[in-house]
Amino acid sequence: MVDETSPTAKQQLRSKPMAVIMIMMAGTILLICAIVLSMSLGAANITPGTVWQAIFAYDDLLTEHQIIHEIRLPRVVGAVLVGSFLAVSGALMQGMTRNALAEPSIIGITDGAALALAIMFAFFSSVSYTGFLFAAFIGAGVGTALVFLVGSLAKGGLTPAKLALAGVTIGAFLSAISSGIAIYFDVAQDLSFWFAGGLAGMDWHRLQLILPVVVIGMVIALWLARSITILSLGKDVAQGLGQRTGVVRTMGIIAVMLMTGAAVAVAGTIGFIGLVIPHITRAFVGLDYRYIVPCSAILGSLLLVVADIVARLVNAPYETPVGAITALIGVPFFLYLARREGRGV
Amino acid sequence: MKRTVFIYAVLVLLIFGVFLLSLQMGTMTIAPLEVLRTFMGSGTEEHALVLFEFRLPRMVIALLVGTGLAISGAILQSISRNELADPGILGINAGAGLGVVLFIYFVQGSYTALGGTAFFLPIFAFVGALTAAFLIYTLAWKKGVTPIRLLLVGIGINAGFTAILIVFQLRMNPNDFMQATVWLNGDIWGATWHETLATLPWMVLLIPLVMMQAKTLNVMRLGDPSAVSLGIKVERTRRRLLVLAVMLAGASVAVGGAISFLGLVAPHIARRMVGPRHQVMIPTAAMIGALILLFSDMISRNILSPSEIPVGIVVAILGAPYFLYLLMKTP
Repeated sequence: MVDETSPTAKQQLRSKPMAVIMIMMAGTILLICAIVLSMSLGAANITPGTVWQAIFAYDDLLTEHQIIHEIRLPRVVGAVLVGSFLAVSGALMQGMTRNALAEPSIIGITDGAALALAIMFAFFSSVSYTGFLFAAFIGAGVGTALVFLVGSLAKGGLTPAKLALAGVTIGAFLSAISSGIAIYFDVAQDLSFWFAGGLAGMDWHRLQLILPVVVIGMVIALWLARSITILSLGKDVAQGLGQRTGVVRTMGIIAVMLMTGAAVAVAGTIGFIGLVIPHITRAFVGLDYRYIVPCSAILGSLLLVVADIVARLVNAPYETPVGAITALIGVPFFLYLARREGRGV
Repeated sequence: MKRTVFIYAVLVLLIFGVFLLSLQMGTMTIAPLEVLRTFMGSGTEEHALVLFEFRLPRMVIALLVGTGLAISGAILQSISRNELADPGILGINAGAGLGVVLFIYFVQGSYTALGGTAFFLPIFAFVGALTAAFLIYTLAWKKGVTPIRLLLVGIGINAGFTAILIVFQLRMNPNDFMQATVWLNGDIWGATWHETLATLPWMVLLIPLVMMQAKTLNVMRLGDPSAVSLGIKVERTRRRLLVLAVMLAGASVAVGGAISFLGLVAPHIARRMVGPRHQVMIPTAAMIGALILLFSDMISRNILSPSEIPVGIVVAILGAPYFLYLLMKTP
């Protein structure tokens, strides 16, 4: 268990408003640059000026405008949304469980979605894409519900350690079943391609499907941020301060489930963002989740948009799995932060 | 004390029972009496072949690998003071996995003619595991290694290795991909006496060394400040224990594939049965690990016979419900 009440942790609790403003401003500017870059680079290079026109003065007779409007814009919007979903979910998870190893996938979301997809690939492979999408989302929900149920039924209630252990165990169980199905019915590679994560097929239709989730999940996350900060000091402290910890945790888990479920359904498992972006953000802005949540969202989007550009260009015309790129970009930076003294990432 | 002896006795009996059962069951069922006769040296040649060349080495491997992973997990959970720590955290699985995937991707084609896979694959896995662990330790080093930094660097290196692994795996042809997937899910099919004999010395050598550190582990679990004030050279002790854990897990993973759940769950089950004192907890965890893996191996051979499913999958399917039950029952 991470000891967040050590002296260094106490120091970090002082918020760092300057750092927050810096990250918000610099992050947003960088994100906008990355978005423009992402839309102009590709199989056909399009100048930023044309990109501007395509968005604000759309002319459906021009091929370039169509490329922007139908392919690149939805893709980059998808990257922004998915990146921020994953980062915010990770931040909430780490705050609620007080465990540095916690990430969205440890509450059974990813493995639930994987199992649903394995069943779909093995038995109902003719179903439409939207069918797969819904299956993944439902699987994610069921996985989470299972973890939460088992954790709550435990004697002594839902402690962070229990939630984490129940999550890992149920995750291992579900993923074992889906591996079994995948190997037995010979759909392992199909499943891997889906799960390697990709924004390639992103279109307006998929974005519409996840849009309601964006609004609900993000609103809950921002609204909870203050309570999560208190909860991250430990349950005793939180209850001593009059917090209804059960309610906060339930809401937090619902938010995580909505956001990660949507992200997994449309883009597969993109690892690393949910685990590492919150750590990186915390190193900059301290331990106040009112700042961590929005800053994580921006940094998560930034990482995924950049990773998506790299994934498209590094081995063109083939796409490299974007989940691998996020890890390869993020790892060196993360290691640097982990080694810095006194920050205690 | 009485309770401990009782639990030991039950576990030993269970292992013995499963061992006997496992000897008989398989694609070819051999009656108990036949098993006995074959052991006495008067059975048929066919039975002798199946028992001595196929089943026995594999079962011994299951016992050794289960023991190794469980003890390694117990050490890591105590020195990192994290409930979720398991050998995977030190990059053992990702490192070994990458070693195996690189081997299948680059080398295998040129060696299959020589029957080299069985011989080289474990070596690549072992080297991969040690490389990852070494990288993590050196990168976490900064005038000493704190548990939290070790975990964080472990996460980072794991993510990096897994990313590279995915990139290579998706470029494989379907056959190679299948082989890699099966390995990554834990697999002790091809076990021969050759591998058993390669693993046995590690365990015989390393397990007593771990047991000698049991008291130190009790103190390390309390945290660095307590350990220092009780006169333990924390840094050196931690390094020694880490090396032991890595060696145990590396040797296990090399022959058993990436069996991920066992190292996490066996120590937890043991702790819930006999409490946190390592003198008692480590042997209990070792026996539980051996029992689970032996039993899972038996299931994985028989349930879809004659085809097999990776043993790691069975471990998770069998172990998870029991562990959840424990989790819900104990406060």
